[in-house]
Amino acid sequence: MDGRRVAITGIGAASPLGIGAARLWAGLLEGRCGLGPIRAFDAAGFACRIAGQVPQYNIRDYVPKSHRKATKMMCRDIELVTIASKEALDCAGQITKADDGKEATLVPHRTAVNFGAGFISCDLTEMAASVGQSLTDGRFDIRKWGASGMETLTPLWLLKYLPNMLSCHVAIIHDIQGPSNTITAGEVGSYLAVTEAAEMIVRGDVDTVLAGGGDCRVSPLGILRPVLMGRVNCQSNDNPAAACRPFDKGAGGSIFSEAAGVLVLEDMEQAKRRGAKILAEVAGGGSSHSLNRDYFHLEPDGAAVRYAIEAALNEAKLNASELDLIIPCGSAIALDDAAEARGIEAALGDAVGNIPVWPIKSMIGHSGAASGSLELIAAACAISNGRCGGALNFTELAKGCGLNLIKDGFKGPIDTVLCCGYSFGGQTAAVVLKRVKG
Amino acid sequence: MRHRVVITGMGIICPLGHSVEQVWDGLMTGKSGAAPTTLFDASTFPTTFGAEVKDYDIGRFVKNVDLHRNGSRGSLFAVGAAAQACRQGRIDIETDNPADGIDRRRMGIYLGAGEGSVNNDAFFSALADSWQADKQCPDWNIWVRTAVSKMDAAGELEQEPSMPAAHIAVLTGARGVSRSCLTACAASTQAVGEATELIRYGKADVMITGGAHSMIHPLGVTGFNRLTALSRRNDSPQTASRPFSASRDGFVLGEGGAIVILESLESARKRGVRILAEVLGFGSSSDAFRITDMHEDARGAVAAMAAALKDAGVGRDQIDYISTHGTSTAENDSIETMAIKKVFGDRAYKIPSSSPKSQFGHLIGATGCAELITCVMAILEQTLPPTMNLNDPDPALDLDYVPNKPRKAKVRTAMNESFGFGGQNNVLIIRAFE
Repeated sequence: MDGRRVAITGIGAASPLGIGAARLWAGLLEGRCGLGPIRAFDAAGFACRIAGQVPQYNIRDYVPKSHRKATKMMCRDIELVTIASKEALDCAGQITKADDGKEATLVPHRTAVNFGAGFISCDLTEMAASVGQSLTDGRFDIRKWGASGMETLTPLWLLKYLPNMLSCHVAIIHDIQGPSNTITAGEVGSYLAVTEAAEMIVRGDVDTVLAGGGDCRVSPLGILRPVLMGRVNCQSNDNPAAACRPFDKGAGGSIFSEAAGVLVLEDMEQAKRRGAKILAEVAGGGSSHSLNRDYFHLEPDGAAVRYAIEAALNEAKLNASELDLIIPCGSAIALDDAAEARGIEAALGDAVGNIPVWPIKSMIGHSGAASGSLELIAAACAISNGRCGGALNFTELAKGCGLNLIKDGFKGPIDTVLCCGYSFGGQTAAVVLKRVKG
Repeated sequence: MRHRVVITGMGIICPLGHSVEQVWDGLMTGKSGAAPTTLFDASTFPTTFGAEVKDYDIGRFVKNVDLHRNGSRGSLFAVGAAAQACRQGRIDIETDNPADGIDRRRMGIYLGAGEGSVNNDAFFSALADSWQADKQCPDWNIWVRTAVSKMDAAGELEQEPSMPAAHIAVLTGARGVSRSCLTACAASTQAVGEATELIRYGKADVMITGGAHSMIHPLGVTGFNRLTALSRRNDSPQTASRPFSASRDGFVLGEGGAIVILESLESARKRGVRILAEVLGFGSSSDAFRITDMHEDARGAVAAMAAALKDAGVGRDQIDYISTHGTSTAENDSIETMAIKKVFGDRAYKIPSSSPKSQFGHLIGATGCAELITCVMAILEQTLPPTMNLNDPDPALDLDYVPNKPRKAKVRTAMNESFGFGGQNNVLIIRAFE
């Protein structure tokens, strides 16, 4: 990108590997699997009974006193992104209005927030109580619902589930008065949010952006919907750790999860002036759209993945041969894995065989709009620590896949990382991070 | 270097009609899109009416209807509006190898698009079947049986808010930047604003942008009714949306799709396509105040308007018309009026401002772009759309809201305002192309 440069100075995460980016990173390096039996509801009757869930927490521990009452208006997606945002700001050493009694360093009108959010499923237990009061002969009666049933829902019910509320709560808590956006592009939401955030800094509109995403797929609807779409591995309920196998010949579908990841992006000069620790630089982003007419899968040649990667590399002014690591989407859905691999291969050409590929969904599952943020956090950690882990559950490449999946991690300088992904509607995105030397 | 960005195509599907001409004619002749709700049985709801899109036939706009057969209402509105906009902007959507001079990898999509309606039968039946009054929770084993028997994969996929963009991609072959946002009632203004930035900074030559949304379904109306945001004037739907009047009691829920083609000036000139207007400026801010209320001093709205003026490089004396957010809720219309006064000072009284929502209702995610299109028409026709139903002005709201009938006026530069639940504010400024 031309103009100002963009530094990543803070990271925060809530994932199936624990609360905190450090737990996420340690788990990924160890190859620990965060997937397990569903605790959120009784899933005994579901074809898939495993998921990735965030350990128990109390949201009131993560918000200032002034916002405690508002936690009642938070669905789980909002809670997770609130937790991750606080950690990311603490990590960046930015003091905000939420830090009682301290003078804020975050400048409200020079700061933006931009999150990817999913299609939020409302709390069905809460809804069921109101439906239960709207029955005639045991069946739902919409006239009873309209006349009295709906009155039993909390008046602010709708506001708990609007996707823009992820950004709104975080803006209120930390007094962020610049632009606030919520990207609803399914599973590439975080990539697009981080790319747009970086563009805002490059343009000079703002100096700091909280960017990332939050999504909870662990609910009866969140688990059932992808099962109906044939995207879930329902054959590994007894062995969650082996369930998700990206690019492997045994790939049998995704396992869904809940998570949030937030990155603090800053104007490079501001970050240096503050003496902030710079984890990595956002060097470029790109996106495109699949034109597959059945909408359910990427087109077989992965053209849209290729175009997104080419745009990101072009913006980063990097050649394929300069990439040190790829963290792909790797949904472990065989058709999409194959298309993604072809797209990556087409974009990177001969260089592709030498670049290590490290899919991480085998450890944390598919957290929808949040997944890209976790992959970007992993990329930033790989660059700042000069390390990466191995691909859990990888035994043998799926037929036709020419990617260089790594069974074991390695230590050594990692100067550039490519992250890429696609949504289950065909949007594709890629982001390139690089190391800031000196 | 910043590219100049122009509008070269427009399309709209809304309760006043299925083309820009029809909608403009409706605005000029005082029509209302509101009527008793027909999309579901709302007869016992606190609000029994809305502004629905009626008699919509997507086959009038696209050849291969089959590609969109599972589309949600939002997706279908998006496709119809995009097809109109592409035709006006001479973007070829009829052939596999278009010869319209646009590189598909330089043509992107940015929609403010909403989620599709849930499968209501499956949603409510599964909860009804599984509800256990004694335990106060559903039996999930029963729930999943009913849900599986009534849900289908395509219908579930279509609920994703990214799907309207997917349909437009398949329709147009767009391979460039693709984003969707959902910042409540401000979404499509934000989408057009961010799409403008993408062209300005060379990330795309052409953007298909705007919004599409329908929340006229049981859960949508329930949500807004519980918030007491909707008008309950059930005995008079057509006069219910009455922005800036003393007796306003909430907004009228509408639905629709509104799309504009944005293009770099170089690209438009190269292609020799008609330029309808120029996008001069975009301002975006966050209230950072409360989830439920706008900031009491209109802090965020003022900041977004000021940012748009600065970005456009135009003085406060140059704005000829303001298309307000004007929802007909007590809070919005008061705070918005305050914001206009704070930004424009004494000149606020001399700038006509109006709310097309008084006629086509509140299109939620699609509303900002629908109102942007009315701004373009105001410039092209040198006529201001009115604020209808303004018969008992609120004494505290004393600006020139263009009450009850359209007005001929000199309009060179117009400002379009959108404010979303939760405090997202987005403002665009456009100008006649010179």
